[in-house]
Amino acid sequence: MATPMIRAEAVYKSFGRHEVLRGIDLEVAPKEVMCIIGPSGSGKSTFLRCINHLEKINAGRLWVDGELVGYRQRGDRLYELPDREVCRKRSEIGMVFQSFNLFPHMTALENVVEAPVRVKRESMAVASDRARALLDRVGLADKVDAHPRQLSGGQQQRVAIARALAMQPKLMLFDEPTSALDPELVGDVLNVMRGLAEEGMTMVVVTHEMGFAREVGDSLIFMDGGMVVEAGAPREVIGNPQQERTKAFLSKVL
Amino acid sequence: MTDVTAGDPPLPPGPRQRPEAIRAVPVRHPLRWVSAIVVLGIAALVVDTFVTAKGLHWNVVGHYLFNDRILGGAVVTLELTAIAMIIGVSLGTLMAVMRLSANPVMSSVSWFYIWFFRGTPVLVQLWFWFNIGIILPFLNLGIPFTDIQWQGETIRIISPFLAAILGLGLNEAAYMAEIIRAGLISVDHGQTEAAQALGMRRSLVMRRIVMPQAMRVIVPPTGNETISMLKTSALAYICTVPELYFIQNEIALANYRVIELLIVASFWYLVMTSVLTFFQYYIERHYARGSVRALPPTPLQRFRHFFFQFHSPALFVEDAEPVPPAISRWG
Repeated sequence: MATPMIRAEAVYKSFGRHEVLRGIDLEVAPKEVMCIIGPSGSGKSTFLRCINHLEKINAGRLWVDGELVGYRQRGDRLYELPDREVCRKRSEIGMVFQSFNLFPHMTALENVVEAPVRVKRESMAVASDRARALLDRVGLADKVDAHPRQLSGGQQQRVAIARALAMQPKLMLFDEPTSALDPELVGDVLNVMRGLAEEGMTMVVVTHEMGFAREVGDSLIFMDGGMVVEAGAPREVIGNPQQERTKAFLSKVL
Repeated sequence: MTDVTAGDPPLPPGPRQRPEAIRAVPVRHPLRWVSAIVVLGIAALVVDTFVTAKGLHWNVVGHYLFNDRILGGAVVTLELTAIAMIIGVSLGTLMAVMRLSANPVMSSVSWFYIWFFRGTPVLVQLWFWFNIGIILPFLNLGIPFTDIQWQGETIRIISPFLAAILGLGLNEAAYMAEIIRAGLISVDHGQTEAAQALGMRRSLVMRRIVMPQAMRVIVPPTGNETISMLKTSALAYICTVPELYFIQNEIALANYRVIELLIVASFWYLVMTSVLTFFQYYIERHYARGSVRALPPTPLQRFRHFFFQFHSPALFVEDAEPVPPAISRWG
């Protein structure tokens, strides 16, 4: 079997005394779309942020594409990776945030070309050609020169997706990408994500959109209290939950 | 609508004819006129008292207004202000970044610097630099553990102008550090995270993402600091720097026309601060881009509005978001 894109082994994470992740084990295969659902405070977002080392884990092991996240192992010892290495690895992972976090002082196009030009040292011409193609693909060809303030939430989130894709990542992380959107605008963002999944992008999606999880997801994880309560095929977990906690959660959100 | 039969769905509301625009007699504001006349009257009295003061010789004011020494003093004042602000902003930026550094030595040193230079009067600092030669008659510069050594007499190295620059610049850096730090921490942390997630290094995130956004918070108080510095530079007279205040004082000591020369100096200080205020306004407008939907009005637009506001209560731009007013400190 191919190396999994993500492998987590007993991942623990605490903020001070508060333990947010209490032993996460999972695997995400290349081209797999995994959705993570669960109540707020269950550690979904924290786990996602551990994958690109925005948060350091306290115990366990986490690999992305066969390489340890944030450390290098020699013998029994772990060595922290220098900033340069961490940044290089992050540049291969796209991330989309609940609050978009577009750079407000730049136009849509500038947002998208920023990292390819400054981090990957691509030429402006190459980067901006690809940026235009990406913005066209997310349906915003006419908003190239707009500032984030002039865009709706749904448009901003689609620019954010284009910005992440511009780095040609091998893995995309979505942290509740539609939670801050008006219901009318959710569909456009989900359609872009659906298209990505169909092209074979490996994706981990923290979401409350059960319809998306059921139709687009290859696997589904229900988290609660910092643990994976139930995992399986989306239709199985949503249609026929085995755990009481899962049933209780689904009965409230469906 | 009698022809709608029972089975048909109700018609959607069609376009209705727009009613006539409201035209009403505006409310009169007689009190506005009364209060305006009273205030103008008092102002005229005050101005008249000074203008017609017996001992005041306006011809002396006129004589010295464009005097070469006075104009030269104004130029020195501008030089002092510019160089002190350049030192203040550069060293202040360094101190702000150090203050936010994860390294405890860096943040402590910065804290101490700000504590010390903000906690003592500028006048004391200026006098200190001017007199440093008393305790350190010679300055030694050299690279440790090598023979490369250089020694000089302090009095020759620290000229009055340099003493003034050190006093004003180092003091300003402490204030600028706090202003810049406030700007940096005002930028949403999500911006840093988004940039980091794209693989940007710390320095790049600071330069490309955080700093440009912090500018909106940093620029207005920096403008105030510059205007304030222009006036504070008068304290450099204690170091015998031939700036505007020193020059007018020198002239006044010789001819006893103290008030006349103060008026001359004040005139030039006002001219310089006005020009700075003008520039500050446009720089602020530039950095407001991308954060406000409608840019604040230019001085000309304000001027026009001022002269019509007695009649029309309308705002400048209809859906303008409230913009914090540009605060000018004329102190």
